[in-house]
Amino acid sequence: MLLQQLINGVALGSTYALIALGYTMVYGIITLINFAHGEIFMAGAFVGLLAVSILKLNIFVAMLLAMVVSMSIGVVIELIAYRPLRRSSRLSALISAIGVSIFLSSLALMIFGADAKGFPSTAFPVRQIKVGEAEISSLQLLIIGISALLMMGLEFIVKKTKIGKAMRATSEDYNTAALMGINVNRVISFTFALGSALAAAGGVLVGVLFNAVSFNMGLMAGLKAFAAAVLGGIGSIPGAMLGGLMLGVTEVLGVAAGFSSYRDAIAFTILVLVLLVKPTGLLGRKIQKKV
Amino acid sequence: MLRVENLSVNYGAIKALKKVSFEVKQGEIVALIGGNGAGKTTTLNSISGILPIHEGKILFGDKDLTRIPPHEIVKLGICQVPEGRRVFANMSVLENLEMGGYSISDKKAVSEGIERAFTLFPRLKERMKQLAKTLSGGEQQMLAMGRALMSSPKLLLLDEPSMGLAPMLVEKIFEIVVEINRQGTTIMLVEQNANMALSIANRAYVLETGEVVLSGIAADLAQDPEVRKAYLGE
Repeated sequence: MLLQQLINGVALGSTYALIALGYTMVYGIITLINFAHGEIFMAGAFVGLLAVSILKLNIFVAMLLAMVVSMSIGVVIELIAYRPLRRSSRLSALISAIGVSIFLSSLALMIFGADAKGFPSTAFPVRQIKVGEAEISSLQLLIIGISALLMMGLEFIVKKTKIGKAMRATSEDYNTAALMGINVNRVISFTFALGSALAAAGGVLVGVLFNAVSFNMGLMAGLKAFAAAVLGGIGSIPGAMLGGLMLGVTEVLGVAAGFSSYRDAIAFTILVLVLLVKPTGLLGRKIQKKV
Repeated sequence: MLRVENLSVNYGAIKALKKVSFEVKQGEIVALIGGNGAGKTTTLNSISGILPIHEGKILFGDKDLTRIPPHEIVKLGICQVPEGRRVFANMSVLENLEMGGYSISDKKAVSEGIERAFTLFPRLKERMKQLAKTLSGGEQQMLAMGRALMSSPKLLLLDEPSMGLAPMLVEKIFEIVVEINRQGTTIMLVEQNANMALSIANRAYVLETGEVVLSGIAADLAQDPEVRKAYLGE
């Protein structure tokens, strides 16, 4: 029974982790909570849905398409809503982010209407696989597998590639990175692209998992992923992965223990507790104020 | 090589630089000395393009740098070693050097640059896999200098290389500065340690609350009674 809940929790948590990574990477570089990130996740889910139901694409191709489209959305949002405010107060950028978030969800409401749409049942054949006492569905396996693959890919990019190293350098010291000849604007665009692609993949996976894609799905998922990023330590990539998984497992265990009506409250209780007890999160570094 | 004309920089209502003019010629070591808050770092950061300037010109050769983004300025051949070293603390020594060579696309040129840095600073080679934050202050200064040299700058801007270092290490660092200059890099040196700076510089400018108040041959300035009183502790 516990094993079953753990599997469910890890699958759900992987999707939180995918979204949380975008929050944490963007925060690490420009210290902005990108409140439009949840809507990028929603946009990814819609692109995936359209690709499967209208273009009749295979779910994997649809996911790739969703990632590419969301990437462009993320980059464009940064370009028009955040970059002009780079030298203004942090609050201005935050307000701009909230504005973009409202704009995107309203746009989705206008285009797709208010009802949740489901993926066609042929999108991904679900089979149950027995693992000892527990059952794991092929869908959960897909979610965990794809999330793991994407996170390993991210780890490789950040640790080994030139642009990934530039991301780390910029997040450590923005000005010095510029002094070393790093085009910080390009690094920031790249960061938004990466985060948005991961969120889009999460969007498609969540859309298939709950068989529902709606204009407001980004709100709750975004807030929970934000809580996961804070739990892991905002700015820390491994922290976002860990925080997402822990949040998913806690939520599922909480529901299993009979607190199902408090399902959404669990994430925010964790958020408040982390901010009270250890604001830097599990793996976060102490943030030094730059003079 | 570098000519700064009537440079003014404001932080809000505060005028950090007021019509500062100076010149750095090819092959020179030019020192910019002055007390805390005189505007020395502001001057270097304006040249590097990370501060918006209010008025004036910064000419490198015949190119005006005032509208060029920082990473393009590095490509043109000006690199800065910032105040307080500012190494990337959670990256290895090797990765720090790689970041210094970010503007170079040729991989072979980057590894040659790393070799050069290791020849100049053998200590860095011993510690190449270590995170920069585990290095001592002197080693971090070496890393910051090695990192800036990666882009093979024509003009190296050094901001307070002696800051927080033991006197013996300061001498060592200054010897290396002279060596870098001897190998053909023009140097602009900002220092509070006026004594050391004037001892290796060809020429110097004295900055006081955002204005150039004195300039001349470094050796002459070192003899100037005003300078001795204000900056050399006499």
